[in-house]
Amino acid sequence: MSIEISNLGFSYGKREILHDVSISIPDATLVNVLGPNGVGKSTLFRCILCLNSDFTGTILVNGKNVKDLSVRERSREISYIPQSHAPVYDYEVLDVVLMSTGTDLGMLRSPGPRQARKAYEALERIGIAHLAKRTYTQISGGEQQLVLVARALAQDAKTIIMDEPTSALDYGNTVRVLSCVRQLAREGLSIVQSTHQPDQAFLYSDKTLVLHQGRVHAFGDPKDVITNELVSTIYGVNVEVNSLYGDKVRVCVPVQEIA
Amino acid sequence: MIGEEGASDASSIGSADGVPRRAAEPGSPRKKRDDRDCACLAPSAVERRANYIIIGLAVFMVVAVGVSLMLGRYPIAPDEAVRMLLGKVFPLDQTWTAQQETLFFNVRLPRIMLALMVGCCLSAAGAAFQGTFQNPLASPDILGASQGAAFGAAVAILAGSGAFAVSMSAFGFSLVAVLLVLLVSGRAKGNRVLVTVLAGVMISMLFQAGVSFTKLVADPTDDLPAITYWLMGSLTGAKLDTNLLMTSVPMAIGLAVLFALRWRINILTMGDDEAATMGIDARRLRLVVILAATLVTAASVSVSGMIGWVGLIIPHLCRMVVGANYRKLMPASMLMGASFLLIVDNISRLATTAEIPVGILTAFVGAPFFLYLITRKKQQ
Repeated sequence: MSIEISNLGFSYGKREILHDVSISIPDATLVNVLGPNGVGKSTLFRCILCLNSDFTGTILVNGKNVKDLSVRERSREISYIPQSHAPVYDYEVLDVVLMSTGTDLGMLRSPGPRQARKAYEALERIGIAHLAKRTYTQISGGEQQLVLVARALAQDAKTIIMDEPTSALDYGNTVRVLSCVRQLAREGLSIVQSTHQPDQAFLYSDKTLVLHQGRVHAFGDPKDVITNELVSTIYGVNVEVNSLYGDKVRVCVPVQEIA
Repeated sequence: MIGEEGASDASSIGSADGVPRRAAEPGSPRKKRDDRDCACLAPSAVERRANYIIIGLAVFMVVAVGVSLMLGRYPIAPDEAVRMLLGKVFPLDQTWTAQQETLFFNVRLPRIMLALMVGCCLSAAGAAFQGTFQNPLASPDILGASQGAAFGAAVAILAGSGAFAVSMSAFGFSLVAVLLVLLVSGRAKGNRVLVTVLAGVMISMLFQAGVSFTKLVADPTDDLPAITYWLMGSLTGAKLDTNLLMTSVPMAIGLAVLFALRWRINILTMGDDEAATMGIDARRLRLVVILAATLVTAASVSVSGMIGWVGLIIPHLCRMVVGANYRKLMPASMLMGASFLLIVDNISRLATTAEIPVGILTAFVGAPFFLYLITRKKQQ
């Protein structure tokens, strides 16, 4: 669902990370956040998720101020997909998905058949139901990432935040995860994800947000936003944006390699 | 619009690659949904196996209790024991001697109960700490519960108190040690889990120094051996008295909390931030789990002294047989820990004429076993 950010600012001590960030993300939109390392992409996400709660400005998710919500209420509005990482212990895939289904359970209760069904349906929706009984640490990195997507779905939140979901994945898995995510956005979810690949933004985003020096540098249609000048400015690399297949796809090519 | 075309084209690239698609539309027929339920809700082979193992562990514990009754210079047959227990409630013909009854109620029964309780508590606390600190090497005394208890006991022995006061002092200081750790870690900056464990190590060392000091000033003929013996850990003091009853209350409370929260400990192992985005207030949950685990540890240590290794190895052993999911791991650890300490305690009281403190034996068994575990894992 919608996210409204107005005048967001955040500092670590004296170091200002985000300054006056204001954006509005409508329903059913896939947003890609671009920006160099350390520009504050993760910080922005952590503020939206209220993991960094001492920010200035306001963040409304589905019209509700995130600061006013309890941890549990917030988890019903937004879910989070971290980079796939190995947990310390070997859980079954279904158990990993089940972890997010406790948002409406009493403190001392464990999930029952209803939650198991929800978790299983989430896996089916992503198309990986066959992994349900496998050990999470023994499936591939791409599959792990898809399991985390399923986990976010099972949480029933309408907004999903993904922090560099594909940075550790190979090409095939990257494509699989991103198309799955885009499909979910078409089905009505709002998804905000960050990436290091401008090319990905052309294929897998409705809107692109560019952060530069802690501010919103640009926000809009990726074809309008990602230009030669912009990539040169924020990454310090001269590129040429080229269009392929009658402008169905665009790619960025570093100029120095083709000169 | 070019944009839309681009998007649809990309989607076709995706599907050609075998991209996962939803298997069913949301409005799929009801019947189909029911079929699917059967498939997904049937427990997997692993789950069934875990359930069987937990039942097996429970049966094993009962058998171990029966065998333990028969072991010793004056064996008590299990059926005799059951009749003696029932005889307390119902009027039964006395088929046992008065000597047997005294032995059963004053020696064998309290000792077996204490072994089961302490083993169960230490294993449950170990499993809980390994989860909350995402650290497979955590044990029940990671936050200084044992050293705090040792200091409390040593001070009480030094003051010439009786067994009951020693236990209470140990229990109190054990809680004080852990509360100090939580207080320090609440004020410290940085990774909360790491800071808590570090604070635990420091507070442990502080109390250890305190124990050393009490040993230094203790009367070497009387108090010093008492302190040393207490530190070795033993279940010889078991009596059906207020002491045992009073420790069983915090044990029962702590175990009930850990059992009820067992599924949530799974989520804690994913880290605080992830837990928070899944609707779990990780800091509060961790605090509750720590307090419950500390309660059972402190209660155990206060009556049995320092019994190491049980809380470290039993959860690992259970993880190997029932898997990592705390829904199964917690009950399995409780049952296996109880049986384990009972068996080791039997060895401790029967192996030699003079009893070997059980704390020494658990270390003798535990350390080599742990080495075996970690080397075995490497080969896989």
